[in-house]
Amino acid sequence: MRHLLRRAAFYAVALWVAVTLNFVIPRLSPGNPAQAMLARLHGKASPQAIHALEILFGVNTHASLWEQYVQYLGNLLHGDLGVSVTYLPTPVSQVITRDLFWTLTLVGVTLVISFVIGTLLGALVAWRHGSALDSILPPMFTFLSAIPYFWVALIFLYVFGFTLGWFPIYGGYDADTTTPGMNLDFIVSALQHAVLPAFTIIIGSIAGWILGMRNTMITTLAEDYVLMAEAKGLPERRIMLTYAARNAILPNITSFALSLGFVVSGALLTEIVFSYPGIGYALLQAVENHDYSLIEGIFLLIVIAVLAANFLADLAYVVLDPRVRHERGR
Amino acid sequence: MAALNPPASGFATRLGALWRFTTLNRKVSVGIIVIAFFVLMATVGPLLVRQDPTAFTEDLLQPPSPAHWLGTTQNGQDVFAQVVDGARDSVALGFIVGILTTAISVVVGVVSGYFGGVIDELFSLVTNVFLVLPTLPLAILLAAFLPYKGPLTLGIVIGVTGWSWGARVLRSQTLSMRGRDFVEAAQARGESSFRIVFFEILPNETALVAAELLGTVIYCILAEAGLEFLGLGNLSSVSWGTMFFFSQNSDALLLGAWWWFLPPGICIAVLGAALALVNFGIDEIANPRLRTERGQKPSLLKRALGIPAAPQLQEETA
Repeated sequence: MRHLLRRAAFYAVALWVAVTLNFVIPRLSPGNPAQAMLARLHGKASPQAIHALEILFGVNTHASLWEQYVQYLGNLLHGDLGVSVTYLPTPVSQVITRDLFWTLTLVGVTLVISFVIGTLLGALVAWRHGSALDSILPPMFTFLSAIPYFWVALIFLYVFGFTLGWFPIYGGYDADTTTPGMNLDFIVSALQHAVLPAFTIIIGSIAGWILGMRNTMITTLAEDYVLMAEAKGLPERRIMLTYAARNAILPNITSFALSLGFVVSGALLTEIVFSYPGIGYALLQAVENHDYSLIEGIFLLIVIAVLAANFLADLAYVVLDPRVRHERGR
Repeated sequence: MAALNPPASGFATRLGALWRFTTLNRKVSVGIIVIAFFVLMATVGPLLVRQDPTAFTEDLLQPPSPAHWLGTTQNGQDVFAQVVDGARDSVALGFIVGILTTAISVVVGVVSGYFGGVIDELFSLVTNVFLVLPTLPLAILLAAFLPYKGPLTLGIVIGVTGWSWGARVLRSQTLSMRGRDFVEAAQARGESSFRIVFFEILPNETALVAAELLGTVIYCILAEAGLEFLGLGNLSSVSWGTMFFFSQNSDALLLGAWWWFLPPGICIAVLGAALALVNFGIDEIANPRLRTERGQKPSLLKRALGIPAAPQLQEETA
């Protein structure tokens, strides 16, 4: 319990640091971002409209930095992330909720697929340590993990989307022929649009699961109880899965819990390449349009997701590994 | 003359050690050859390419040909010249920022592991906070707001977001070293803390630091490419990342201009794989269990009973 309380306190500190960074970084840059945006609007909007926007963005309030900070924290507590410039006048929180659905579905499902296949393959590769499989797979996946994954996305898009025309190359669903909702046309269309991004993400992430599992599994295979099982003449599959893999999977489970936090931010660039209507695409729009409140809102969302997942991983460890429960101090 | 001898021989042995290390493991040698190729390309390459990578020509969007080995961009710029010239930015930034970032991790990790107490609490807190903050989004946040866009900004952004993992690993390693005999002996001799930390403990963590360095360099190169792809780099200079940005923004893909976005990606992938390969090689040297004994899968029972292990094992550990 004490351990968990310490962790919770730590995450509170981390969250505070993130929120403060989010407040400080935009104010470090010379020229208020909101003012920069207003300057672009000059001549396009009426003076009254500009004045209204000034109030909306909190420019010209002449409040001290500290007052602004307190007000910023207060707004956050009320879930007020400001107004998006890109999608004026939609509040940032609405933009984020809308796009989050797409990201969560796409990346969440691919994470599970990648984890299951990768962990099984990793166990198999470790079991066949020294075989052809073991000497081919890890270097191959080493190579794959060093590739910029948005570039893989570009190639898939070019080969399967553009040249072969098997899959659509833009967006999350066909906006011309289907309407979002629980109807078959839309679901089929959404699935078609998701295949390429999903495949890209799996290719990019599976190496980590394989290598992680392989390396712990090799250590586990040297344990006496595995040797004992082999000496008893148990079937290979049983030794591999219930003796070795079961004890080697703990680090991968922790990684899985941690990866849940990266569901939001793990595929930012892939989404951008496929113009997939998720958080990554929203972030690109925000960067291109100097939509600072949207950038800040997305960063905050990502941080919260990651911190929550870390806490979840801590909880998982306490449940799965009794040693952590009894650990004192550090 | 005689006075010069000791340093010279010391240098020679060190060179010899480096050579042995390079040839010891096949992964390490292959990786180092590839890395050397890219470093050469970045340093000497731009001098050998005659075309100006930024010059516009009449040959718009040409596929690869003898005149333009890797074709041309939408503005008629030579892609081959861009790849070679871009190597300078990408490789140099990757290595320089990688080395600086690793230096931060080493100092923070080793100092906090050795001294413990308040220093450790403070350093660990900062490290852990940076560890849980998501790196790429934080980098995007920083890069989006910093007014000046260029290698310096990218370097700072990548450095700030990339040091924490290494610091944590080195801290725990130092913690386990602190109580060893040789450290206590050094303390008993009255050596300064600075000397103990950097000359007694740190050399024992060389393999770890090297692995950290390689991983960080990969991270730097990938992060740089990603940020530049988003348009957060210096768009007036040529690098692999800006090549992605321009090819994406001029719809190279939909124009079928594969020769534009393929080469920089291949370069990054091959360089990254080479770095990762050296990393794995070092892992294998440091942890014999991960080593693959070629051509056989001896039963665990046999291995445990000491029935011949591969001969290279003894050779490598010697």
